[in-house]
Amino acid sequence: MPTKIEKDSLTGKDTTGHEWDGLRELNTPLPKWWLYTFYACILFAAVYVVVYPAFPFQGATGMTGWIAREAVVDDVRNAQARMAPMMQRLREATPQQIAQDAELRGFAIAGGRIAFANNCAGCHGAGGQGAVGGFPSLVDDDWIWGGQHDAIHTTITHGVRAGESDAERTSMMPRFLADGVLTLPQVNDTAEYVLSLSDRSTDAAAAQRGANLFAENCAACHGERGEGNRDVGAPLLSDRIWLYGGDKASIVRSISYSRAGVMPAWGGRLNPAVINMLTVYVHALGGGEN
Amino acid sequence: MRWFNHGIIEKNLILMGVLTLITVSIGGLAQIVPLFTVESTIERVEGVRPYTPLELAGRNIYVREGCYLCHSQMVRPFRDELERYGAYSLAAESIYDHPFQWGSKRTGPDLARVGGRYSDDWHAAHLRSPRAVVPESVMPPYAFLDRPLNASDIASHLRAQVAVGVPYTAEMIANARADLEAQARPEADGAAFAARYPRARQGSFDGNPAVVTEMDALVAYLQMLGTLVRFSDVTPDQVRQQ
Repeated sequence: MPTKIEKDSLTGKDTTGHEWDGLRELNTPLPKWWLYTFYACILFAAVYVVVYPAFPFQGATGMTGWIAREAVVDDVRNAQARMAPMMQRLREATPQQIAQDAELRGFAIAGGRIAFANNCAGCHGAGGQGAVGGFPSLVDDDWIWGGQHDAIHTTITHGVRAGESDAERTSMMPRFLADGVLTLPQVNDTAEYVLSLSDRSTDAAAAQRGANLFAENCAACHGERGEGNRDVGAPLLSDRIWLYGGDKASIVRSISYSRAGVMPAWGGRLNPAVINMLTVYVHALGGGEN
Repeated sequence: MRWFNHGIIEKNLILMGVLTLITVSIGGLAQIVPLFTVESTIERVEGVRPYTPLELAGRNIYVREGCYLCHSQMVRPFRDELERYGAYSLAAESIYDHPFQWGSKRTGPDLARVGGRYSDDWHAAHLRSPRAVVPESVMPPYAFLDRPLNASDIASHLRAQVAVGVPYTAEMIANARADLEAQARPEADGAAFAARYPRARQGSFDGNPAVVTEMDALVAYLQMLGTLVRFSDVTPDQVRQQ
């Protein structure tokens, strides 16, 4: 192929010198800035492979001996050292003490908000509003296991029915229909009585019949008038706040097959200072009790 | 550049082939040779076991539904990831993954340590209708997973895993169907199952113990993710490559 670089008359640029069936092509070289950046990258790569782990000698650690897994350990250790004085105070104080100390409380609310968003918001909602189907709201004063600092702290640490061997918060409601304690008509009557506790029963006769059944089967945990019992996590039944739905079908299902919501135990996952911060944060969401 | 003429390479097929081979070899060697200088890339931690039959079925559903397209299973060694998800992922934790599910896209959160973080009820509710529990979620609903799991061929799945190196024993394969049923029914006698698969949890994962559903399998799989290695017992020496 004859190579003849010519100047194109129209643009004044050089051609590449190639010719295919009479077609010639302008020579448009790469911009200088691009070319020099490219060379700089090659130079950078040459330095990089020597400094950082690449070549397989001396354990392939490179000149600096940098290892990602050790770098992150240092990173975490440095951060913990920075936080240590405050975290120690947050760990050693009780949640009540934290709530009363303006400085500690500020830190606990700020840190608790982050820990809540990461660990708790999935079930309890971004603002602690909860969700229908067994995920309780934390912003009201209708507590299942108690709304004092100590109770909240225990719930976070041990969870609810979390499968810990020696934990609290493990009570189970019987499955009244499934285990043959009550017949279906009796479940219906009991449900009507439960509805009557919040003035919503539509069948006075059934509610009347259900009163005795409730007293025999339910009152031990839920109280004579459905006032609930936080020691065994038996919810209040006389208000309009329902964990699994307050319509009759949901109540019938709850009585028939029981409900046994599970909350993970965070004692083994989060450090004690974070659990204290979460306790103060949740207490401050709106429903905290003293 | 007068001293170097591309034309010589471009017009000589053999020379171009040889030079291409050399160039590609350098790239390959740079990746392969360092591995010969370490004894093992797998950390020497304890606790990792093959998936139970139910978890394996759940993992198959995870792959079938393309969960990896939005969820990674790889906590990287950065402080922000450790703060959010927990200990960084070890190669040993994926040793029985064929193929691994590390992923590279995080439309949703990383799932490498999701096990035990939520209740079974939450997982079932969330898979059926993500926005019922997480209003800001963009995950599609998977309510159809409440259909019965086809477990008739579970033993074949175990055998296929054996073919790629997972150490399922003949006993595990023979009892695959029974183990799958035992794990999904909390009332079932799980002694033999627990002996074969340490630290596996029995449960009614979807809230209905009567039928073993795809939901059971997927939730069982999600609930074991990242829980096999006890990181409180792991020493820095164990995770260092030798």
